[in-house]
Amino acid sequence: MNSLPDNRGPSRRQVISRAAAVVGAGTVSVLLPQVARAQSSKVRVGLMLPYTGTYAQLGVAIENGVRMAIAEKGGKLGGREIEWFKVDDESDPSKGVENANKLVQRDKVDVLIGTVHSGVQMGILKVSRESGVLNIIPNAGVMAATRSLCAPNVFRASFSNNQPTLALGKPMVDRGLKKAVWISWKYAAGDDALGGFKESYTQAGGTIIKELSLPFPNVEFQALLTEIAALKPDAVACFFAGAGAAKFMKDYAAAGLKDKIPLWGSGFLTEGTLEAAGPASEGVMTTLHYADSLDTPRNKKFRAAYAQQFKLQPDVYAVQGYDSGQLLVIGADAVKGDLANRAALYKAMEAVVVDSPRGKWTMSRAHNPIQDIYLRVVEKGDNKVVGIAAKALADSGAGCKMT
Amino acid sequence: MPTTAERSAVFYGFSSHLDDLVDFANFLIQLLNGVQYGLLLFMLAAGLTLIFGIMGVVNLAHGSFYMLGAYLAWSLSSHLGSFAAALVVGTALSVVFGLVLERVLFRHFYRRDHLDQVLLTLGLIYVFEESRSLLWGDDVHGVPIPPLLRGSLALTDTLSYPFYRLFTMAVCVALALGLYLLISKTRLGMKIRAGAFNRDMTEALGVNIKLIHAVVFALGVALAAVAGMIAAPLSSVYPNMGSPVLIMCFVVVVIGGIGSVRGALIAALLVGLVDTFGQVLLPQIASMLVYMLMAAVLLWKPEGLFRS
Repeated sequence: MNSLPDNRGPSRRQVISRAAAVVGAGTVSVLLPQVARAQSSKVRVGLMLPYTGTYAQLGVAIENGVRMAIAEKGGKLGGREIEWFKVDDESDPSKGVENANKLVQRDKVDVLIGTVHSGVQMGILKVSRESGVLNIIPNAGVMAATRSLCAPNVFRASFSNNQPTLALGKPMVDRGLKKAVWISWKYAAGDDALGGFKESYTQAGGTIIKELSLPFPNVEFQALLTEIAALKPDAVACFFAGAGAAKFMKDYAAAGLKDKIPLWGSGFLTEGTLEAAGPASEGVMTTLHYADSLDTPRNKKFRAAYAQQFKLQPDVYAVQGYDSGQLLVIGADAVKGDLANRAALYKAMEAVVVDSPRGKWTMSRAHNPIQDIYLRVVEKGDNKVVGIAAKALADSGAGCKMT
Repeated sequence: MPTTAERSAVFYGFSSHLDDLVDFANFLIQLLNGVQYGLLLFMLAAGLTLIFGIMGVVNLAHGSFYMLGAYLAWSLSSHLGSFAAALVVGTALSVVFGLVLERVLFRHFYRRDHLDQVLLTLGLIYVFEESRSLLWGDDVHGVPIPPLLRGSLALTDTLSYPFYRLFTMAVCVALALGLYLLISKTRLGMKIRAGAFNRDMTEALGVNIKLIHAVVFALGVALAAVAGMIAAPLSSVYPNMGSPVLIMCFVVVVIGGIGSVRGALIAALLVGLVDTFGQVLLPQIASMLVYMLMAAVLLWKPEGLFRS
């Protein structure tokens, strides 16, 4: 580096002292004494969800679902009014602990509902395990939450990352697809999904001939698609979500693989991505704990009510939010609104049978849903339910010790 | 319906010679994939290394120009209804953008400390990201491949190479050639080189060095933006897309030798090939390979492959 003599800019010492002044100004506000609050008779419900960034729509769908479930039961929790507190977590893991503390320390919430992003969830887990505040997880599938880091006050109303793919292996082998290539992003959720697929596929008698991955959120699939074409497997199994998923299906079709090698995946591949993927998604097979087209009276009623209330079509995230709300209502009713009675509260929440739009589900010992996983196929831009891929599927909860 | 495996068994089973051909075709395609990625990186790294080599500016906001190009391609092609028109208008806009940016901000930083430049350009990343968010929102967008360039060149029954990727390679090669001719064969190129070598003496000889700098800066911005435009249909258009690209760019510049355009070309191709074959042959450590390559080169040649 050829550094030119510097005689105009501030000296290094000036830069450092100015920076220190700025940082100092920021910390003073944190150290101000807390203003003591009068005990309110309201239940304090905290929502920590993404309201900006890639997952903003998921945050909105979840909040809609939570509010709808509580409103259906009279808008109260065990007879008490509700005071809402909201924090935008921006899906930023580096701010996870700080944002969770805003709700727990500053707002003194009785329950924290959140979040979507698994990395941010780790921050929430740290705070809820230390403070003992009830945490209901409306989406994040991070395995640790209901395995090694499980806790009596942490309940999941969504899924664990390996659940959809634990149901993927058998239907593939049943259709004679015995040699598969796996492809996903190389990050926690992708690895967890691979774990589920590996377990179910090898148990059913299939062989994974190659595991391909690319760094998250890279969407340049060309080299890997070339490799798939060369390997000629019976099928490809994958985990992708969001915009990257739409692009993967499009690139898969563009590479001429769509009609030669069937594409299977964890159901997030085809959630909210069908419009963007267009005809490239036709015929893609996936497994998930819900499908928009699920033909049950419960689901139809839910969808009609949600659409009428929010002028939006609900999706799997809205269902998970709705079930988080239902779970809270059941727990609060059981203790007549006295959320401080933790033993009775957790007991009630552990014993739930949630009457969900996805079908009835129960709580595993590690506080993860035991639920049916559906096999779906994309037909004319819709996930059509073919059947049940796995009945009452539970994650093992290995390594979970409730203390 | 026979499975793919059965069909290929019928097709290839009787001949190992054909098998070798398929393997070769596959290898060839991966080679093309690597070269294509490398050429795209070169377009970005060339601008970065030019701006550094000639004006001595460390520009961390270079990835933002790539993002700007991608968003321009998306926005213009949906408004104008033609990808070709979007390319032309987008290039013109990015040149103007580069000239304005140079005049308003960068001009005052040429003789400043590198730390000041880093602070300025780091701040610019945030400014560009927020502006992008206000102007174009935070959604992910796809840019359709223009109809003329759809489809692919079939090499065997299952292996083919998309025409659009061939097109991106052609554009990069043409620009690299143009850049080479400009710098080494024209009067302007001579003045650019002289200015980089000794700014004050060049100015004393009556060369308008301010204009030269403005042109070089705008050229660097335009190269990055054009790379973003032609990459848009391949990689889609999304927030923060400039950051990973910027890191790769710096890797290329460091491997190639700071300020050397030729070094950037060799290094970019090397990085492209290592990354592509790494993804296929060593998927477990693919994301680290490029950095391992960088470390290895720097151990061997601390200044990079070619010093300017």
